[in-house]
Amino acid sequence: MAFITATDLSLGYDAQVVATEISFSVSKGDYLCIVGENGSGKTTLMKTLLHLKEPISGKIETGDDLKKDEIGYLPQQTIVQKDFPASVNEIVLSGCQGRCGMRPFYNRKEKSLAKENMERMGITDLANRCYRDLSGGQQQRALLARALCATKKVLLLDEPVAGLDPVVTAQMYDLIGGLNKEGISIIMISHDITAAVRYASHILHIGDKVFFGTKEDYLNSNIGSSFIKQQKGGKDNG
Amino acid sequence: MDKLIMYMQYPFVRYALIVGVLIALCSSLLGVTLVLKRFSFIGDGLSHVAFGATSIAAVLQLTNEMMLILPVTVISAVLLLRTGQNAKIKGDAAIAMISVAALAFGYLIMNIFSTSSNLTGDVCSTLFGSTSILTLTPGEVWLCAVLSIAVVMIFVLFYNKIFAVTFDEDFSRATGTRTDAYNLMIAVVIAVIIVLAMNLVGSLLISALVIFPALSAMRIFNNFKAVTICSAILSVICAAFGIIISILAGTPVGSTIVAVDAAVFLICYITGCFKGGVGR
Repeated sequence: MAFITATDLSLGYDAQVVATEISFSVSKGDYLCIVGENGSGKTTLMKTLLHLKEPISGKIETGDDLKKDEIGYLPQQTIVQKDFPASVNEIVLSGCQGRCGMRPFYNRKEKSLAKENMERMGITDLANRCYRDLSGGQQQRALLARALCATKKVLLLDEPVAGLDPVVTAQMYDLIGGLNKEGISIIMISHDITAAVRYASHILHIGDKVFFGTKEDYLNSNIGSSFIKQQKGGKDNG
Repeated sequence: MDKLIMYMQYPFVRYALIVGVLIALCSSLLGVTLVLKRFSFIGDGLSHVAFGATSIAAVLQLTNEMMLILPVTVISAVLLLRTGQNAKIKGDAAIAMISVAALAFGYLIMNIFSTSSNLTGDVCSTLFGSTSILTLTPGEVWLCAVLSIAVVMIFVLFYNKIFAVTFDEDFSRATGTRTDAYNLMIAVVIAVIIVLAMNLVGSLLISALVIFPALSAMRIFNNFKAVTICSAILSVICAAFGIIISILAGTPVGSTIVAVDAAVFLICYITGCFKGGVGR
């Protein structure tokens, strides 16, 4: 059985529906990219997957031993975080919070897990630096390390390269690709259709028309080829 | 110095110092979280609610005012912090609204129903801190001590959870932390602290106790633990100095403490600028 199976989801705020008829599944080792125009409900879908929001209709099932709260999450930055006085170490460690339950302090195992994940992301030397003094790429690495503390199975990434320069963007994609090769399933929201079709194994396109399937099928489909053309055209003009 | 030692022999001076320091400690601990969550003004808002409740209690001639003030303030705190995320009226506007409305109604009620001959004096002392800090009974000191110890213990035990919820509520919720429960806890604790602190600095100046130490500490330190500890220490020192100065110089207690807090913030700000230029 797949990690996450969504059937016939309708999403929206209050009573206003923004997206309908979304069905897809994510299995171990998948790399799913969610694409679509602005306002098509990508971020709402992500919040629903994280159980931060109830779907209007339809259901999300988790399987294959994936617990509801075992999904790591890389959110878009909030204003609060931009000037937050916390060290990288403290932030990464807070990813273990879900494991603690009612226990007030982190144990040795969780501390070493945090250390391990900082090493994995190559930010060990930044451990005592303040989060607000880091560059955008370094901040994303810190948050990614935190997400890895929360999961060994599925990572949800919301626009992980927003606001990063091209070199750092490429590094970020490599990092995510590497994690995927280690067996972690990736679900990524992306504006960057070129990168999406380059790295992903599956594509979920939401909007007026919904598509879910492998990358190859998407490239051959009507909806896929016209969306790619439109996005690239937009970029050339802009 | 002799004068200070002389004053220290009076129990009411010692009580004032103990209570002042404890309240300063508690408020500064939660101050860091509130400032970072963009709820700096909640202290102000809640204290005005408490002011409104005080005037109602006075009109109803309740013998134990706390029975009314505390629940009303706690409920307001819960409503304000809870709706912060996706309310129709956003956090800052909601706080401002409740704050001024409570202030206005409180004054109105006092004005219409009051039997006191010195109305302006009554209102003034509730707003700017009365002299009641200097007339505490041992019982009140004990109550304050017990509550403060409870607040500090809650804070230490839930420190990591408070950090996680403050830094990224969505992430914490998604990974299985019960953020609603912790938000509720923060709201209740801050309401209790504010009701306690009203005696000390009065309704209008309470925000100062909550935000100044946190802001000062944030200028200097770069990680959450150091900021929290530094803010607690600064707050305690400022409160102690403020009370001592006010006793020696005969100035109002509340505003003297706040003035010391503000001065320390200025020093920390300048230190932070130098450190920023050299250290980073």
